[in-house]
Amino acid sequence: MPLAPMVRAEAVHKSFGRNEVLRGIDLEVAPREVMCIIGPSGSGKSTFLRCINHLEKIDAGRLWVDGELVGYREQGGRLHELPDRVVCQKRSEIGMVFQSFNLFPHMTALENVIEAPVKVKREPVAVASERGRALLDRVGLGDRLDAHPRQLSGGQQQRVAIARALAMQPKLMLFDEPTSALDPELVGDVLNVMRSLAEEGMTMIVVTHEMGFAREVGDSLVFMDSGYIVEAGRPRDVIGNPQEQRTKDFLSKVL
Amino acid sequence: MTGLTADPAVPPGAARQRPAAIRAVPLRHPWRWVSAVVVLLVLAGVIDTFVTAPQLHWSVVGQYLFNGQILQAAVVTLYLTAIAMIVGVGLGVLLAVMRLSVNRVMSSVSWFYIWFFRGTPVLVQLFFWWNIATILPTLSVGIPFTHIMWSESTNKLITPLLAAILGLGLNEAAYMAEIVRAGIISVDQGQTEAAHALGMRRPLVMRRIVLPQAMRVIVPPTGNETISMLKTTSLAYIATVHELFFTQQEISNFNYRIIELAIVASIWYLAMSSVLTVFQYYIERHFARGSVRGLPPTPIQRLRRMLFQFHAQPPFVADVEPWLEANPPHSGM
Repeated sequence: MPLAPMVRAEAVHKSFGRNEVLRGIDLEVAPREVMCIIGPSGSGKSTFLRCINHLEKIDAGRLWVDGELVGYREQGGRLHELPDRVVCQKRSEIGMVFQSFNLFPHMTALENVIEAPVKVKREPVAVASERGRALLDRVGLGDRLDAHPRQLSGGQQQRVAIARALAMQPKLMLFDEPTSALDPELVGDVLNVMRSLAEEGMTMIVVTHEMGFAREVGDSLVFMDSGYIVEAGRPRDVIGNPQEQRTKDFLSKVL
Repeated sequence: MTGLTADPAVPPGAARQRPAAIRAVPLRHPWRWVSAVVVLLVLAGVIDTFVTAPQLHWSVVGQYLFNGQILQAAVVTLYLTAIAMIVGVGLGVLLAVMRLSVNRVMSSVSWFYIWFFRGTPVLVQLFFWWNIATILPTLSVGIPFTHIMWSESTNKLITPLLAAILGLGLNEAAYMAEIVRAGIISVDQGQTEAAHALGMRRPLVMRRIVLPQAMRVIVPPTGNETISMLKTTSLAYIATVHELFFTQQEISNFNYRIIELAIVASIWYLAMSSVLTVFQYYIERHFARGSVRGLPPTPIQRLRRMLFQFHAQPPFVADVEPWLEANPPHSGM
């Protein structure tokens, strides 16, 4: 009996105006699974990720995280929108890392990390700071606690961003092209942090162009194009032996 | 200095001797000198006209500059500026947040407020508050359908100062709301998104993440507004507030030294706005933290650096050789 999925999507649709970005996404992510999503830009990868923590509302279909509907509750056969308070509470259990880091520039690295635990979870500053220090130490920035984001390199900023997300002790981590904005020589440090997270058993969904990471760390690989899942399976199989012509075309360009 | 290549701190590419710094003859700008002379001549003419004007008594200016009434009036002007700006900024932030609210009622109320108070002259608004007693002789606040009620004579309640604070503050709030709104919009959308993704709710995101970053955009025009307010308080004369303008007019009504007292008031307005300008510089510097790698130097630091660099500069071309010997490039010192 497999574990109940951490994320389950059923025929998820999303449009921005007339532009249909997601046209029926079905997938399941098991606890402790690392799923990588690849595909050309504009294929809907990032939008799907943002739907999972309800930064975007889906138009049709169903989306569950940890067995609970995202953004709604079902009662008497109808969907009711959840109040802001509940949506935020659920978001706080899902960590998200952005392509452009989005660290808070007016705060130091440590202040970035402890902001949400202190203000959202109401942890005492001392407790949050202690864990924040440990987390920054873990991502290799134990000596840059008081640095402002602008004083850090892109790779360092992204590692602070990962520590910031982990500080909320999430049950699921979403990575939206975490290394796409980095200089090539800084990518490795960030991927190593993600790899060690995966080894610890964190459930992760990673939108990425790093095929090496997808092959070595990912448990599953999804190839998306123009709002559909074209092909999914074990990374080795999808990358090594793609079945669909579109997958072959895409891989031939990125590999 | 041939032993440079042996220095382990110097990378191989930099091993060559650094050539002497360029000391070119600077380009001359004769027209700058000509224009400076013209400006000085015009300035001297203007000053001469006023200083030697037979009807202008500078001794009167000196006599009234530190007059007790004038000093007191300057304090009232500063006080009124401060209170009106506090009302304006506080209400302005509230209006800006309401204007950007997803709640349609809130944004409509804010839109209407800004439309109304920005669209009518502040002098008319002051006039309205000062004369409100003529249409509402008593002001009452009560809980509807009960007998709990508080009421007061409007004339007693609306003092000249309160009328001025209402008129200036409520008007200022409309302008401040637009300034704050511009600041909020200037903050990268990704900041809000990242905060939401951490589970932070709207009011918290606004207070902790967006507004502190918006300050950088908000502070400069707010300084501008404050200096503008300092002078706009002169309109409070219509509500008989004894600020600088009204007081100098009262005095000149007695002694007929109209221009002299206008000069006295102008000197005080200039002095106070100069002080505010200095404050503004330091506040802007404070809010630049995090958005620039290094803070801009304060004027005092700049002066010190200028003096220091003056000494550290190499002397003229003729003495470059001995200077280079004393300060060898890449010496690691």
